[in-house]
Amino acid sequence: MRAAETLVKAGLRPVVLDEGFKAGGQIYRQPPVPDGREPEDLYGSEAEKACALHETFERIRPNIDYRPRTLVWNVIGDSVDYYDESADVAGRLQASHLILATGATDRTLPLPGWTLPGVYSLGGAQISLKAHHSLIGQEVVFVGTGPLLYLVSLQYAKAGADVKAVVETASWSNQLRHASGLAHLPSAAVRGVGFMLSLRRMGVPIYRGAHAIRFEGESDCGLTAVSFESGGRSHRLSCIAAAMGFGVRSEWQLAELAGAQLSWSDIQQQWVPDLTDHVRASVDGLYLAGDGAGVCGADAAEVRGELAGFALLQDLGHSVDASRRQVLEKSLKKQWRARAALDRMYPVPMHLLDELADDTLVCRCEAIAAGEIRHVLVRPGAEDVNRAKAFSRAGMGRCQGRMCALNVQAIVERAKEQGPQAIGWQRTQPPIKPVPMAAMADAYVPDPEGTRE
Amino acid sequence: MPGRLHHLQNPLPGKTVEFLINGRKVAGREGDSLLTAILTNHKAVRQSEFGDGLRAGFCFMGACQDCWVELSDGSKVRACTTLLEEGTHVSLPELKL
Ligand SMILES: Cc1cc2nc3c(=O)[nH]c(=O)nc-3n(C[C@H](O)[C@H](O)[C@H](O)COP(=O)(O)OP(=O)(O)OC[C@H]3O[C@@H](n4cnc5c(N)ncnc54)[C@H](O)[C@@H]3O)c2cc1C
Ligand code: FES
Repeated sequence: MRAAETLVKAGLRPVVLDEGFKAGGQIYRQPPVPDGREPEDLYGSEAEKACALHETFERIRPNIDYRPRTLVWNVIGDSVDYYDESADVAGRLQASHLILATGATDRTLPLPGWTLPGVYSLGGAQISLKAHHSLIGQEVVFVGTGPLLYLVSLQYAKAGADVKAVVETASWSNQLRHASGLAHLPSAAVRGVGFMLSLRRMGVPIYRGAHAIRFEGESDCGLTAVSFESGGRSHRLSCIAAAMGFGVRSEWQLAELAGAQLSWSDIQQQWVPDLTDHVRASVDGLYLAGDGAGVCGADAAEVRGELAGFALLQDLGHSVDASRRQVLEKSLKKQWRARAALDRMYPVPMHLLDELADDTLVCRCEAIAAGEIRHVLVRPGAEDVNRAKAFSRAGMGRCQGRMCALNVQAIVERAKEQGPQAIGWQRTQPPIKPVPMAAMADAYVPDPEGTRE
Repeated sequence: MPGRLHHLQNPLPGKTVEFLINGRKVAGREGDSLLTAILTNHKAVRQSEFGDGLRAGFCFMGACQDCWVELSDGSKVRACTTLLEEGTHVSLPELKL
């Protein structure tokens, strides 16, 4: 949205495609129908920023070609394939310049029982509350790591849910060891401490350094308890709902299809697109902003959007405000440093996969267990994640590996005793999300130059 | 049958939207996604095709694809990104819960 605003200010009229019902993205998501809740109820301490962003959108709306509920499902060269859900039609746009700001989704881990009814992603739990004013259950256990874990737990407790516990995988000592990095962004530290204190005041126990986490229940009934170990003791909490999230992962599938190079980021424990000048991808005319190009949070996403707008304008030969750009770059650097501290304080607990049992499901879509993936890895030729995917089908289901690709990769790494660079990432195939065949067939134009292969 | 999700009271009264689960008339709320509306009335949305039991959605944001449901006309929709409409008729697994 900040990118579009920057282009509008320079007199351009960008096309803005968004699969959401309403403008706002994840954090500033708006309920589909106003229900009387105030911005403070919806966005808490971030209400002012939310309002500012929504106001910006209303202001620029007459000057952009805004298309909500429109999924972009492929990018080939300068062609952008979309599917307009409201009209049930697919189509193709030609774009001389493309800014992708596709955001992030929950990072999940294949813990025993994670496919049981009643277990939701942490972001999902928040969307249920924010967009539809409903709880995933009245008794909830929150499992995961990172600031969003505490924020959503607190939002649930304040909404009247019985939050049984916050089960955090990072140890207290690890959090304290790296907390000094937040000196670059004291406001983040203050907010985080505030969440923890409020949870304590509301009587919500926080277990740290948790491992051996299991979601218990029957597959034809749903979740009945969460069990785990923490502080040298075993715990078992009965509940009918649980939310789990280990930070978020970038949605760069479109960037990859558009030709962007990816590299492994040790600190983020995920693949991220290579960027120069903060926003330029390795392909001319392609700009990447926000959490989709490496996770740096909501404030940074606004800065990165504006910088992407500036970069595009510059490539079109416009002059841009150099001092404004300097301010943005400085702020972004600070935010990346604070993000690195958060990533160290709350690392994705990949070590939990060391104890991953053969019968635990890894791929939700195709119901493929860890043992089946390990089994195909002994076949000749199964050297990288893409072969492992082809042989086992893990990652070939409807979600296209969104939920499991990084976990399948971790299994392959362990089996082959090699690092991410050798194992590679699961390559994206269009359509990046399911699109009705009929609509796709109507719109499909074969790639004339065969640029993709 | 009680559902899994729990609607909180909205400051604005809001409209009730009636729809059908396996021929039974149930109530949702204006602004609900189809997934929210189903799960405030029912405990799951589908059987996994691979025999590993029931599923009840996961991400609520159109990412995991775990909430595809069948409508009575045989078509399928992703419930979390579909807004509830009056008269929608979904075919869900009958549960023994
Ligand atoms: C579920 C969830 C909840 C979060 N809640 C919080 C929170 O409460 N507080 C906080 O500080 N951070 C939160 N975060 C992190 C926060 O979302 C990000 O830091 C911030 O929203 C990043 O902004 P963005 O513009 O990069 O992406 P987003 O806000 O995610 O926006 C991405 C936009 O791109 C659209 N999009 C993506 N792919 C396509 C496509 N293929 N076709 C068309 N449109 C597409 C989406 O519809 C969306 O509108 C949350 C993250 C998630 C996943
Ligand atoms: S619940 Fe994940 S796609 Fe609907």
